[in-house]
Amino acid sequence: MSFRRVLIANRGEIAFRIMRTCEKLGIETVLAASEADLDSMAARTADHVICIGAAAPSASYLNVDGVIAAAVTMKADAIHPGYGFLSENPNFCAACEREGIAFIGPTVAQLDTSGDKLKARAAAVASGLPVISGGEVRTVEEARQLAQETGWPALVKSVGGGGGRGIRLVHDPRELEHALALAMAEAQAGFGDARVYLESFIARGRHVEVQILGDGHGVIHLGTRDCSIQRRYQKVVEEAPAPGISENLRGALQRAAVAFAGSLHYRGAGTVEMLVDCEREAFFFLEMNARLQVEHPVTEEICGLDLVEEQINIAEGRALRWKQSDIVFSGHAIECRINAEDWTREFQPSPGMVSYAALPAGDGVRVDSHIQAGTAVPRFYDSLLGKIIARGTDRADALRRMRNALKVCEIGGVNTNLQIHSALLEADEYERGAVDTGFLQRFLEGYAIHAA
Amino acid sequence: MKLTNEDVREILQLLDATKFGELHVETERFKLTLRRRAEAGAWAQEFQVLSRPNVVRNAGTRDEHLASPAATKPADSTAAGQIEVRAHLPGTFYRAPQPGAPPFVELGSRVVNDTVVAIIETMKLMNAVPAGADGEITDICCENAQPVERGAVLMRIKQRPE
Repeated sequence: MSFRRVLIANRGEIAFRIMRTCEKLGIETVLAASEADLDSMAARTADHVICIGAAAPSASYLNVDGVIAAAVTMKADAIHPGYGFLSENPNFCAACEREGIAFIGPTVAQLDTSGDKLKARAAAVASGLPVISGGEVRTVEEARQLAQETGWPALVKSVGGGGGRGIRLVHDPRELEHALALAMAEAQAGFGDARVYLESFIARGRHVEVQILGDGHGVIHLGTRDCSIQRRYQKVVEEAPAPGISENLRGALQRAAVAFAGSLHYRGAGTVEMLVDCEREAFFFLEMNARLQVEHPVTEEICGLDLVEEQINIAEGRALRWKQSDIVFSGHAIECRINAEDWTREFQPSPGMVSYAALPAGDGVRVDSHIQAGTAVPRFYDSLLGKIIARGTDRADALRRMRNALKVCEIGGVNTNLQIHSALLEADEYERGAVDTGFLQRFLEGYAIHAA
Repeated sequence: MKLTNEDVREILQLLDATKFGELHVETERFKLTLRRRAEAGAWAQEFQVLSRPNVVRNAGTRDEHLASPAATKPADSTAAGQIEVRAHLPGTFYRAPQPGAPPFVELGSRVVNDTVVAIIETMKLMNAVPAGADGEITDICCENAQPVERGAVLMRIKQRPE
């Protein structure tokens, strides 16, 4: 079948991004928006807008019944959930099935496996992927015992989590009780599941992930992305392909991701995240993200595909349109996430109203954003204002274009991290590439001293 | 709207061949300004969608409205030796780490400087609120799960004499 009308159950830059592909494919769009987003750029662009509730996510974007009712009312034949919110919620996916609405994403069973990080760990082991030592912890005492075995420091992660939420680094047993309480609170609030697990912390690792596409029968990969530039487990800068890894290791990562997704008979677009220990050429499974990711544009820029288009094609019930040998990589792409936050105050969120927005444009520069003068930045949602993506013939070229793009970018009315991006991209260590996940924190500590 | 990134790119290719440094386009649906920035040799775009949203009425809309930021108790003139714990950012005030769990502190609880007394949730992040002083909780000024503004007084602490 071909979709005639798609309901977009998301907001911000990704709602706008999905809409672009729908327009290109001649699919009518319905935006399911909260009261806070009825005047957003996505709302102004959608063919129809339907209000699904109050601003708080629990009353709108996380409300399964409300979103389903909106899709039924609007006679949408499919729902694109974007990322976050209901995108990886198996109950939501099952509700779509019951109503005969296509869910643009994987199956209920696949969401169930990838969404439960302990089940995903077990599936990874079964498909031959190494995992970091650890396991579920229910009490402070259990956590203390497990950490004693795997060694300090340890990471406490939420079983139902993902996207870097609900992760706490614990240096020693004294911090455990407090960290466990906060991680459980974030897990409960963010994912409705307070279970957590503990993993040994690898200090000098790199975060490398593989984009995959599956149609339920076959799986192909669309190469690697490096997302090691992180602050508090939130990705800040991403690039594709991952720089500074041997072709041997790259091949191994890609094969492992395809094998893992293949073992699930995966359907849709997904990402297998791995932690790479470059010195030892070793890697460990972190998690599978069963959805479109924020950083998908860098992959699109190096392989020339539109991932939303591929998602829609698969959800319409067709086979993958490409064989692995059809996928050709060219050039290098870098993405900077522009957030509404105050870097001078510990990166506190900076909600408010965008008063002015001059965004970069031109050859090799792509901006995925929903902001314009007058855009509200509500305090109820994450702080992403948009993404600047620069593509070049090679990494140096992409980096040069990104630096120029950042120079012309000006956003007023809310605090942003633009200045941090500019400084970061001038750093020698970043220019050399292949930094570990601790790099950004070390860089920021040095930067704060100079800026003070 | 139907003005894509590709359209902007094509317009810029045309502009690059001219000596013009700025372009304004305004239609009923959108407004676009392109400006050449000499210092970086790059272009900046200011884009505004002007079309009004086509909101479907009376379908699935709920009448739930959020409470406006909680009116905190009138700020009694803070007695000597009293320290106010204020919200360091706007958000939702929580007294316990999770629903059903016991509150971090109660009236009369003894706290030290870095005791976590509450959480403020803003933009999906849980921000721990430290006591900021050694002493005893004498006042809790906000209801659990209520929105608070930056700077709102959350609690008062009677400082322990040095």
